[in-house]
Amino acid sequence: MSLSKFKFDKRIALSFWIILIALIIAAPTLLPVFRLNLLGRYLSLSIVALGVDLIWGYTGLLSLGQGIFFALGGYCAAMYLQITSSSEFPNNIPEFFALYGVEKLPFFWEPFKSPIFTFFAIWIIPALIAGLIGFLVFRNRIKGVYFSILTQASLLVFFNFFNGQQKLINGTNGLKTDVTQLFGQMVGSESMQRIFFWITAILVIAAWFFAKWVVRGRFGNILIGIRDDEPRVRFTGYNPVIFKTIVFSIAGGLAGISGALYTVQSGIVSPQFMTVPFSIEMVIWVAVGGRGTLLGAILGAVFINYAKSLVSEALPASWMFIQGGLFILVVTALPEGVLGWIQGDGPRNLLQRFGLKRKIETYPSLEVNNKEGNNE
Amino acid sequence: MNNKDLLNLIDITVSFEGFLALNKLNLNLKKGELRAVIGPNGAGKTTFLDVITGKVKPTKGEVIFKGKSLVGRKEHKIARLGVGRKFQSPRIFENLTVKENLEISVSTPKSPLNLINKNIKDEQLNEIERLMKIVNLAQKVDSKAGSLSHGQKQWLEIAMLVGQKPDLMLVDEPVAGLTDEETDLTADLLKSLSGENTVVVIDHDMEFIRRLDSNVSVLNQGTVLCEGTMETIQKDQKVIDVYLGRPED
Repeated sequence: MSLSKFKFDKRIALSFWIILIALIIAAPTLLPVFRLNLLGRYLSLSIVALGVDLIWGYTGLLSLGQGIFFALGGYCAAMYLQITSSSEFPNNIPEFFALYGVEKLPFFWEPFKSPIFTFFAIWIIPALIAGLIGFLVFRNRIKGVYFSILTQASLLVFFNFFNGQQKLINGTNGLKTDVTQLFGQMVGSESMQRIFFWITAILVIAAWFFAKWVVRGRFGNILIGIRDDEPRVRFTGYNPVIFKTIVFSIAGGLAGISGALYTVQSGIVSPQFMTVPFSIEMVIWVAVGGRGTLLGAILGAVFINYAKSLVSEALPASWMFIQGGLFILVVTALPEGVLGWIQGDGPRNLLQRFGLKRKIETYPSLEVNNKEGNNE
Repeated sequence: MNNKDLLNLIDITVSFEGFLALNKLNLNLKKGELRAVIGPNGAGKTTFLDVITGKVKPTKGEVIFKGKSLVGRKEHKIARLGVGRKFQSPRIFENLTVKENLEISVSTPKSPLNLINKNIKDEQLNEIERLMKIVNLAQKVDSKAGSLSHGQKQWLEIAMLVGQKPDLMLVDEPVAGLTDEETDLTADLLKSLSGENTVVVIDHDMEFIRRLDSNVSVLNQGTVLCEGTMETIQKDQKVIDVYLGRPED
């Protein structure tokens, strides 16, 4: 790759970052709280998208079950909030238990009385479960479409379990968080929502740096190697099972954080987080934004969801068609996603088509090499 | 079997649903030896490599490498024991640069923890530079491996193989699709590697094999038909029959 192209990529990335950070700083003053809250939710979704990008964009593992880990993170956060706000209710346990005649707190709720435990549970529990599922699947060399089907089947198992357990976690109704208290304030209040927006914005950036660190050097190259030619990686002496388990576990942890942030900003966690379409949407955000470009995953998640809410307000029921169309467009015309297209030769090809830019006359590599020669 | 042997294949049989890809194959390699393996299509040459590298588990028989049995070990464990393989069509990581490809091959230990939080060691970087010079890719360090020519890809894969520092190098058709000049250079390169390393080369190209100037094993129908220098096997009636064909019995 030539030097100028490298600079060009850097410039694009830098300008995206400047715009993104400017928007985040400006948002709380420019947007009404309702919109700010929506933006905060979509930013939190971009964290799960980063995880999808790590496993799919970099490692080639198309998981259709990230909703499991997303919902688990949400449940961890909601259980803590419910339990710390239950002092006025009968038996000092969350209100919904009374509906089903439960008098004693189920055992697994106990540790969620601790904020420190909850803080770690939000990302460690999903990461561990992802690691366990991943290890069993990868060890048996289940790949490609079979992996996707298996993750979707796991999603359905989790969905049915959570949906059916009224006495344990309020089943299909889910756990509400907006009327609970956190540090003496109501979670659904305007001031708390502003704080959550800031926390989310900071965590998105932190998650991006973390993901960048993961894919930066040789570890990331092995992930790409596994995506492109797994047996070759194996014959070079690496054990792909471990690498895939680690990255799947990381994606699970990111999904958990994402789910917790989304829950406190939308006011409820329910088994709806574990429906099949939602997990597929996560994949679409990444596909549209640009697989294998971390920034693309963030932008895809935020813009598609923002578009979804705007379109749904203007033309109810039309969103599904638009989303489907978007996905088809990306698969057929922009297989690298929007950001991948911009970073590749996309804009130049488009300009050439309209006669605005000179065509390359020889092989691109030759011209590029000549340029390099002149530089030296 | 004796102590100087690096590898012994003992009565290896591989059966794919009744079809015998290898049939009681016996083969011994000394340390530092360069060995060419030839044979007509379907003779079991690639299966023979698959058995050594752990891709295929033999139905019967034993593979002894440095005194240890390889049967039942996972591919990456066998690779770490010191068996390196170059594939028939160049298998390099096309979306990584030449340098990144070589980093993958020279990095040790090959654990995720080492790769994620440590930088590559200086001596490994020097090794990469040395390898790039040997295979004439120094100008292409930061080019995507996918943009290389076919010959350069073959060489990059050979460099990756050498970078792995294996005791045993298995090289499957290294000169397929190369020009005559490139073929000669490859033969010289492989010859220079033997001595320190043990090298097995599989190929069809008789000129290339002759240039290797090594012992040759001829495979046919999953078993070793004959072994010896190029002159010996060329005079061998069985080999002539196999290569020239003989009337149906």
